[in-house]
Amino acid sequence: MATRKLLGAMLAAFALASPTLANAQVRIAYIDPLSGAMGATGEHGLRELEFAVEAINAKGGVLGQKLVVVPMDNKLSAQESLILLKSAIDQGIRYISQGNGSSVAGALIDAINKHNEREPAKSIVFLNYAAVDPDFTNDKCSFWHFRFDANTDMKMAALTDYLKGQKKVSKVYLLNQDYSHGHQVSKVAKAMLAEKRPDVKVVGDELHPLARVKDFAPYIAKVQASGADTVITGNWGTDLSLLVKAAKDANLKADFYTYYGGTVGVPPAMGDAGIDRVKVVSYWSANSANAAGQAVQDAYRKKYGADQDPYSQSIRISAEFLVRAMEKAKSTDPVAVAKAMEAMKIDGPFGEITMRAEDHQIIQPMFIATFVKGGGALKYSADGTNDYAFRADARVEAAAAARPTTCKMKRP
Amino acid sequence: MELFFTSLLNGVTYGLLLFMLSSGLTLIFSMMGVLNFAHASFYMLGAYFGYVISSYVGFYPALLLAPLAVGAIGALIERYGMRRAHASGHLAELLFTFGLAFLIEEVVHLVWGKSPVPYRVPPSLDGPLFTLFSATFPTYKAFMMAVSVGMLAALYALLTRTRVGLLVQAALSKPDMVEALGHNVPRLFMLVFGGGVGLAALAGVIGGNAFVTEPGMAAAVGSIVFVVVVVGGLGSITGAFVASLAIGILQTFAVAVDYKLPFFDRVTVSQTAPVLPYLIMVLMLIARPRGLMGTRET
Repeated sequence: MATRKLLGAMLAAFALASPTLANAQVRIAYIDPLSGAMGATGEHGLRELEFAVEAINAKGGVLGQKLVVVPMDNKLSAQESLILLKSAIDQGIRYISQGNGSSVAGALIDAINKHNEREPAKSIVFLNYAAVDPDFTNDKCSFWHFRFDANTDMKMAALTDYLKGQKKVSKVYLLNQDYSHGHQVSKVAKAMLAEKRPDVKVVGDELHPLARVKDFAPYIAKVQASGADTVITGNWGTDLSLLVKAAKDANLKADFYTYYGGTVGVPPAMGDAGIDRVKVVSYWSANSANAAGQAVQDAYRKKYGADQDPYSQSIRISAEFLVRAMEKAKSTDPVAVAKAMEAMKIDGPFGEITMRAEDHQIIQPMFIATFVKGGGALKYSADGTNDYAFRADARVEAAAAARPTTCKMKRP
Repeated sequence: MELFFTSLLNGVTYGLLLFMLSSGLTLIFSMMGVLNFAHASFYMLGAYFGYVISSYVGFYPALLLAPLAVGAIGALIERYGMRRAHASGHLAELLFTFGLAFLIEEVVHLVWGKSPVPYRVPPSLDGPLFTLFSATFPTYKAFMMAVSVGMLAALYALLTRTRVGLLVQAALSKPDMVEALGHNVPRLFMLVFGGGVGLAALAGVIGGNAFVTEPGMAAAVGSIVFVVVVVGGLGSITGAFVASLAIGILQTFAVAVDYKLPFFDRVTVSQTAPVLPYLIMVLMLIARPRGLMGTRET
């Protein structure tokens, strides 16, 4: 009797263990630019993801399996990304992480929807850590897509709410990249300004090619001629650092309200010229983090240098969500994990973070911060600098940052 | 008015930068008949060399040393690679430089990584030079313009006023005759190639800190330099100069224009600025294949 019981238990253990043995890792394909003009931005995201994964693995991984990041360079091309997605699927990878470029994210979502429909048994889940086109969680929402960054509408809502109190802002110039994200920023900025600050005049609405402008001097000359006192831009990567550099060279006296002023390459390019003039709307504010958030940040800065700011926290949060969801579902199966991730809550560096089930949009507090001289209470410096930091001027609570959605989610 | 003058100034600045980038390419093409696809890669190499050398001995020595070093590499490549490829005809040569471009990019990845390096404008050239209306004009840009004009003058003098220039020109059309007169034509070509590469590197040393020094910088300028050379006339230094200025000014002014294109609701003239140079190149190839001041058909 006892032997039979033992045999049964052993068999059961084998049955349970064998899938784990055959597939003892959870792999995440990181598809982002790792070369070219935006390579530095993609490298930064990769580093933060790897940092997060190391921490998770150090605590034993998830369900006894290790997480592994597989970096794939998409050169910021949607075309290239689809080929990489195919190769990730062929390798048996079920989780995709991407963030740079809504043009890329849009293509990935379409491809993943189609793939999952064709091969439901091999479904793919897309963890989007930074592509902010609002469509992805509205009309084009997908069960397989989860966004861990605030979308363009949420950022612009927070920014324009803040502008309500900034009476010196009277002429606004919109300067954005000529692709889906830039178009969205421009569109929503005009709509929200008209609603919240009807007295503000939009004196310029410019779109420039993505990642191809080397010298922004002609654009800055236009801003200067328009008499704008404020520039609103969704630019990122070198498109922002070169823009700020040109503004500094021409001594442009305007405030910059940016989405990505804290990202790689931008703070060092601004230097003194950016002080009190460059603002950021983001879910990340290094100096506002709680104790747990500070601990993570301290570890990161200790490993990579005191001037390195882990501003892509969304990617760490996405890994955290993934692990919690796997633990909750007691499985690494993408469908079960995706279901478990819906409506899940975790404690983030600034308070509670929720993955809204309705549209798979993360809901978390947001900040408006200004670029200033560091030191004193501002313990954490801006990325790539030692002497500058971002000072949070306003905090938008999670409930206030949330926006309604038009998503009608189709679940498998 | 204000916008007009700042745009004009910006246009001339951009045009001179384009000339700086393409002069080496024109030199090599006009003297050797080689279309060097790796030209922009040598520009990038110049920027990286400039960054490394200036971190040891300062910017001004680097301005001289980096182009010399990269030029020497170019000469060696000509001597031991290109010359052999040349024997198999122009196509082999073209493909050789094409492959070289990828090779250089990978080497840059391996040595300096994929992220931008912190290559900065020297403090003595940082800051505004003068104020035009409310905008300041950076000293460094004036410096770039001066170097570019200097390049034109030096090249022009070298090719038309010196014995070496005379020989190079002769060697292009009648290499056998020049050789028969006792001159070492292959060595001459090696020097020309090294010189052209050195000019690209000089542009890199100067352009690298004005913009961003990163492995993608070669690809970013790779196509525009060909436009300049084609529009200016393959093989004409003066043509390249005129074309650079024209393209620079045109593109900068296009950015300043907000009119919507007829029939296209969504597109303004300013959005078309980046494609204008290519449009001009295509039109030029249709209407006048030898370019503005070209001396022969491609």
